[in-house]
Amino acid sequence: MASTIRVRATASGETTEVQALIQHPMDSGFVKDAKGEIIPPHFIQQLTFEYDGKNVFVADWGTAVSKDPYVKFSFKGGKKGDDLKISWVDNKGATDTTTAKIV
Amino acid sequence: MAALAFAAAPPAIAADTPNPAADAKAFQKYFTGKFPKLKLEDFVNGPYSLNEDMHKQWEEKEQFPPYEFSLDMGKEMFGKPFKNGKSYADCFPNQGIGIRQNYPTFDEKEGKVVTLELALNRCREANGEPPFSYVKDEMAALTAYMAFTSRGKPFDIKIPNDPRALAAYQNGKRYFYTRRGQLNFSCASCHVQNPGERIRAEILAPALGILNAMPIYRSEWGGMGTVSRRFTTCNIQTRGVPLEPQADEYRDLEYYLSYVSNGLPISGPGARP
Amino acid sequence: MRKNMRISTLSLVSVLLIATATSVMAAGSEADFKTAYAAAEAANEEAGALRDQWTVTATALAAAKKAADAGNFDQAVAQSKGAEALAKASIFQATSEKEAWKTIEIR
Repeated sequence: MASTIRVRATASGETTEVQALIQHPMDSGFVKDAKGEIIPPHFIQQLTFEYDGKNVFVADWGTAVSKDPYVKFSFKGGKKGDDLKISWVDNKGATDTTTAKIV
Repeated sequence: MAALAFAAAPPAIAADTPNPAADAKAFQKYFTGKFPKLKLEDFVNGPYSLNEDMHKQWEEKEQFPPYEFSLDMGKEMFGKPFKNGKSYADCFPNQGIGIRQNYPTFDEKEGKVVTLELALNRCREANGEPPFSYVKDEMAALTAYMAFTSRGKPFDIKIPNDPRALAAYQNGKRYFYTRRGQLNFSCASCHVQNPGERIRAEILAPALGILNAMPIYRSEWGGMGTVSRRFTTCNIQTRGVPLEPQADEYRDLEYYLSYVSNGLPISGPGARP
Repeated sequence: MRKNMRISTLSLVSVLLIATATSVMAAGSEADFKTAYAAAEAANEEAGALRDQWTVTATALAAAKKAADAGNFDQAVAQSKGAEALAKASIFQATSEKEAWKTIEIR
């Protein structure tokens, strides 16, 4: 199955800019379905970006983040051709991870 | 006295013989006149072309568009054969690739307008598959893929020399300008009279090019929606009971709106606030 | 004496009339509701044939029915009449728009 993580990392001078789009329902647990029953909470709790063995970005998320979240940030360092590893864990214990090359 | 009476009379409403080519010309002139800084093709991005701040957001969004997942799913679905071994490619000219700009078409055998969504479900039913809901999910994914294969191609809607086609076009035009719902809005109330203005927190899109980006990932919906979804939800927003998706009026409306945007490039699938 | 009797007869008659009228208003409401609701539904169907029903009409009809189910007929009648008024407004809108749309068409 295709990865839920789309990522693009671009190195420019001393910084690397990272954009990621993650496919996830991010159900808050407050919304009811057509039958009137609560859709149980199902959301990413932690999102991690790792470069050269170190975490360059860690997000602790909750129910306020919307469906299919998009993240953009920059970090100091990062060279073209190097790997960037992205992974997430959700409240049901599911995970996904992917590795992208910095361009 | 007679001269005064004539002067006081309201301007005569044009005869009921529709002239679509003249309509399209007037339609495009109206909007390019209202927004002289825009190129004709800019209109396909709707509100994003009308507001500096929104344009910046749009440029960023295009780098990582939220419709990507639906588009990928659509490509996969389009390529997968039906249980009987046939596929969508068998139902459409050119295998269904790069043809979205020709829809809706007027089917002279049936005497009615056929939209892309309708054609897709008919293809499914003709091959023993159950139809999809018209408003989202699979239908949005399929039309997203088909739109994507037509990106950049200008709308090329044809009205054959057939009085039924002209009547359908005229009916779509009538629907567009007719007020409905308790709030007494017509499509034109927002998209002709107030493009670029705000309605609550949204900036209204101009009617010119308004279907070119369909289907769209709309943040308001938290997901994808088709032309059918937009028509039905718009009715509800004016407190009018929506018609069935692909009702005659909706098909004719799509026909009219697409025709008057002939020449503008397909930009779908799109994203909107 | 006779004048007094006439006055008091008149008063008695009028009191009886008022009493009768009041009790008719309180008790006959289920029939009133059915009539009012049917009229509202018929108007809404006509709006449907004109392809211009309003969502608020449906809401008012549902509220009227709910009130009637609870035995609250006075309210049910009032809401049915409200629904009918909304349905009639939607009919008026659809009818006048048959020509009115042409005045805002881009030419």
